Amino acid sequence: MDEVKDVILRAEHISKTFGTNKVLHDIDFETKTGEVICIIGASGSGKSTLLRCINYLETPTSGSIMFHGEAVSSHGRGVTRYRSQVGMVFQSFNLFANKTVLQNCMTGTRKVLKKSKEEAEELAMRYLTKVGMAPYIKAKPSQLSGGQQQRVAIARALAMEPEILLFDEPTSALDPQMVGEVLQVMRDLAKEGLTMIIVTHEMAFARDVASRVIFMDKGVIEEEGPPKQIFENPKSPRTKEFLSRFIQG
Amino acid sequence: MIALLLSSPGSKANFFVWVVYIFQQYWPLFLEGCKTTFFLALTGTILGCVIGLMIGVLRTIPKPKKGNGSNFFTRAAYKILQFILLTYIEIFRGTPMIVQAMVVYYGMSYVGVDLPAMMAGFLVVSINTGAYMAETVRGGIESISIGQTEAAKALGMTHWQTMVSVVLPQTFRNILPQIGNNLIINIKDTSVLNVIAVTELFFNTKSAAGIYYRYFESFFIASILYFIMTFTCAQILRWIERKIDGSGFYKLVDAPVDPMTDPSGTLATKSSPITRKVSLRGMHAWTK
Repeated sequence: MDEVKDVILRAEHISKTFGTNKVLHDIDFETKTGEVICIIGASGSGKSTLLRCINYLETPTSGSIMFHGEAVSSHGRGVTRYRSQVGMVFQSFNLFANKTVLQNCMTGTRKVLKKSKEEAEELAMRYLTKVGMAPYIKAKPSQLSGGQQQRVAIARALAMEPEILLFDEPTSALDPQMVGEVLQVMRDLAKEGLTMIIVTHEMAFARDVASRVIFMDKGVIEEEGPPKQIFENPKSPRTKEFLSRFIQG
Repeated sequence: MIALLLSSPGSKANFFVWVVYIFQQYWPLFLEGCKTTFFLALTGTILGCVIGLMIGVLRTIPKPKKGNGSNFFTRAAYKILQFILLTYIEIFRGTPMIVQAMVVYYGMSYVGVDLPAMMAGFLVVSINTGAYMAETVRGGIESISIGQTEAAKALGMTHWQTMVSVVLPQTFRNILPQIGNNLIINIKDTSVLNVIAVTELFFNTKSAAGIYYRYFESFFIASILYFIMTFTCAQILRWIERKIDGSGFYKLVDAPVDPMTDPSGTLATKSSPITRKVSLRGMHAWTK
């Protein structure tokens, strides 16, 4: 089969202002089926804000998000339906503290997708097994390590069977060993062809796994391209400067 | 016995004899008082919690912002609602319950509603507790990390679904000590309802005391009865808290080892591999 790749998601002219602080300037980008996009850049460059604008956790000051060619409304049923198809994994895991691991992974499918208990449980178990957390279904989040919590959070997002999964610095709150286990899960997902947009500081991961890397600086996309180009032959001096430490190291 | 008691009126040695005597004579009166007090406090606290919960939830509705799908009317309605709720809270927190009892009871008859004293008392305890609980619930809701709310939203859950299945269960656990406080306060403070002749424990004790003019002995009995009620409730609430917290341990299911914690980073893929099918429209299905 030829490379038949549709644009799933397109961000058009996204700008975001907090008070007088302009965080995003007129961002345009698109995501095709099966792409793994890594967004890199210094802290405060607007990476996370862009990701949060994509699923309307932040409402963009201007611009719009197109999903399968249709503009997504920023409120009401439109946005809840859209969010159920676009999963998100957070830096601080954000598991539901009152629920067990299994319940965490069933809440979305039960409440939003209205699946039966059996169906929801089957989905939850399938993805918990996938991230290696099936033995822990009876545990509460507070009883798990950071890496384990993040893997549950990934399973929770996967149980919704989203078309795209967004990762907001998923390993930034973890120690090195736990970073490894979470990145391993993400590598596997990439291999299986899940479409992902990942904001990360893990340069090696971005280089190895991304199909496209976006370098953000001061609220704009400074440079984007295949990882080979960005990491080995960056065009922009800012990209060079940002990556200099990584490339030397 | 009564002759013996009356023969030495001021004697301190007779204190316990009087206590026993009054309790023997009037225990149905005390018991009746306890029942009324406890009934008023419990139902008042429960209804107060329901009121507080509703107001607390309404007070934490995110403010509708311009250009976020809200029109002028929703923003105006939001402001009016918040004003009404805040007024209710401030008025009922800011005036003594004893005064509220008088105002409600006599105010109702002034406007032609003949409210039984018991009903007036019930009303006052409930709305008073509701005003306090509203603020407690708001604090409880705001104490739940914003991240959990965002995670629920990111799954596509609505504000109400998030509240019901994620935020409120945790809020309830967190404010349980304060609910206990309110129950205990209400057991004690329903005593002010004696001013509108609700036959609770204080009122009945006063009646019993008046017969032999034995106030100290009668209220000594009342204080013991109040303490028994509050202490019992406190223990029951602690037990409920422990019950909600559940066990501090969890059991591993099936596989005893977490394959991912292996530092070598090699993932034992016992799980069935998952493949994606991509259709021309870009939709996909996950299949086993």
